[in-house]
Amino acid sequence: MADDLELTAPALVRKIRARTPARLFVGRSGAGYRTATQLELRAAHAAARDAVRMQFEPEEHLGRRLMQQFALFPAATAAATKNEYLLFPERGRVLDSASRQLVKQRCPMRPDLQVLIGDGLSVPAVAAQVPELLPLIVHEAGMQGWSVGQPFAIRHCRVGIMNEIGELLQPQVIILLIGERPGLSTAESLSAYMAYQPNRTHTDADRNLISNIHRRGVPPDVAAHRIIALAARLRKMGRSGSSVKEELPGEAALVG
Amino acid sequence: MERFHFAGLRELFARANEEKSGDQLAGIAARSEGERVAAKQALAEVTLGEIAAAPLIEPERDEVSRLLLERHDRMRFAGLSYKTVGEFREFLLDDATTGEVIGSLHQSILPEMAAAVTKLMSNRDLILAAAKIRNVTRCRNTLGGAGILATRLQPNHPADDVHGILLSALDGLLYGCGDAVIGVNPATESVEVAAAVLHALDRLITTCGIPTQACCLAHITTQLQALDRGAPVDLLFQSIAGTEAANQSFGISLGLLQEGRERVLASHAARDVRWVGANVMYFETGQGSALSAGAHHGVDQLTLEARAYGVAREFQPLLVNSVVGFIGPEYLADERQIIRAGLEDHFMGKLLGLPMGCDVCYTNHAAADQNSIDNLTFLLALAGCNYFMAVPCGDDVMLNYQTTSFHDALAARRLLNLKPAPEFARWLEEFGIFKAGEPVRLSPSSHHLILSRFTAALEQHTSASHG
Repeated sequence: MADDLELTAPALVRKIRARTPARLFVGRSGAGYRTATQLELRAAHAAARDAVRMQFEPEEHLGRRLMQQFALFPAATAAATKNEYLLFPERGRVLDSASRQLVKQRCPMRPDLQVLIGDGLSVPAVAAQVPELLPLIVHEAGMQGWSVGQPFAIRHCRVGIMNEIGELLQPQVIILLIGERPGLSTAESLSAYMAYQPNRTHTDADRNLISNIHRRGVPPDVAAHRIIALAARLRKMGRSGSSVKEELPGEAALVG
Repeated sequence: MERFHFAGLRELFARANEEKSGDQLAGIAARSEGERVAAKQALAEVTLGEIAAAPLIEPERDEVSRLLLERHDRMRFAGLSYKTVGEFREFLLDDATTGEVIGSLHQSILPEMAAAVTKLMSNRDLILAAAKIRNVTRCRNTLGGAGILATRLQPNHPADDVHGILLSALDGLLYGCGDAVIGVNPATESVEVAAAVLHALDRLITTCGIPTQACCLAHITTQLQALDRGAPVDLLFQSIAGTEAANQSFGISLGLLQEGRERVLASHAARDVRWVGANVMYFETGQGSALSAGAHHGVDQLTLEARAYGVAREFQPLLVNSVVGFIGPEYLADERQIIRAGLEDHFMGKLLGLPMGCDVCYTNHAAADQNSIDNLTFLLALAGCNYFMAVPCGDDVMLNYQTTSFHDALAARRLLNLKPAPEFARWLEEFGIFKAGEPVRLSPSSHHLILSRFTAALEQHTSASHG
């Protein structure tokens, strides 16, 4: 069926087919997939599952050079295992006591900007995007003349961790770089969650999000730019959340 | 034997559930298998009248509870009220209890009673009892009849590119999918996007003469604003839950749903479309949503799901489906729990009179895979499920989760000899997509003919959007 379509599809249809990541016109074997399709789907799911199950080892996944350049250190939440992390979301929103002590010792209080790195639901996303993204963010923050706190890497991390760190270090703005739940089109997509002076009352409604950070989505250099512009906006407005909209220069209007 | 104490119906209901990670997360699940079965035994002795007399969530603080009690058909319930939950299970399974008998009782059964009996039923029971019940609904075609399995064509796109959406829809139509609805979840929550999607789907349906309905699954207020600006709204969609507080977290109330329904009905009267019925609402639900919103009142997720169906039936929907594996492993941990919940949701919805479909699905952080989807799909098809989702290769490229595919729909229809909705089935034959109830193996020339007819629709869209 796929081959037939290639032969007969009018030019317009071929053109549009390039515009969706959906797996279209794959043909069939009876009511089943062709073997190549079947195995491709299995491979994509395997990548997604492995991404979720992978244990975050900052040295290995971020690289020694990045660790040294930014004096990164590993921290962990109260979720001791991956299963605990997946089944009890609350435990991924607080540091374990050793990490809390470490953060208090190593991180200066009240920076303009505090960057956190969390595994979330995809370690490969962190490994693929953070080594390029983090230096860009720190560099651009420096250009703004902001003080940047000591970044660190958090295992078994959920977005709610921003509230605890917000109270612990009292930064103006927190940026959490965290792996997104992987899909079958990519397992390497990263999100940047941002909040102004986060505290225990914050919910998702008080946070801003730049998602879909990966090579075929929002590339890291563009992402760094947008993150810093949004951070500047949060500082200027003195708040974060759904009432603060990101301003996209020349935002692509609805396609079509 | 160890003895257990249950401090009231709410606790008894929770302890009697099959194992769900969401009930464990809420801290209300049975703490051992012994306690679980002791709770089931105790629940089997409770009468339906006792359940009616003791609402799990007080009507004073919850408008859903008030609605359920107001609509309860007490005349008919009189014949049921002395039955225990255990006897009610046997009654539903009994040879003499036909689908018609159950159909006459829908409004006399409170959601909490449906939940209670579900807790005593095995997966087999849930399939057997549900298979008796056919709940038929109509909008631009007729859904839910005996021997019919419909599909929601779900041609989502990560950037709401309408050309990409229409092409995914075309692929699905070639498999005979799309009779329940062609329904798009927009990536961006905006009135412009919703209107653009609705206009594009309407042009596809109109140009090709497809007897089906379109829907853009944005928030109800976004859809109503699009309607105000002249967008064609066949079906009004909304996610709903089983408590007032959870619905509030969705930004809705019963009053808003009522108002929306009335406005869509009024708009239908003004459109030049051959409507075959007045079921104009589409609802999605899912176990765990109230807990996720911190709005569960200590009630278990199965019972709250049943209450969401109590909300749904007030508005005479065309379509209702649980999105059973979407919420994540903290509510349904694995394939076993997802399959159980899918069968429970379908049965409870049917018992309460709803046109139940199911989004048989999972996310990549749950312990499930495409084989889990295969299993639940065929179990629900046996149970007489009204419709499934139909997504290219089962991979939703916008929502990033996996559900059923065009191929799954074809497989279920073939295995169980099920047909698309009758009007839609006729259209498939007339359009040359199906022959004698099966998708035709397209020759290059027939393929070309069909594609060129679709292309005409696409090009019309292109010129309209640029013109």
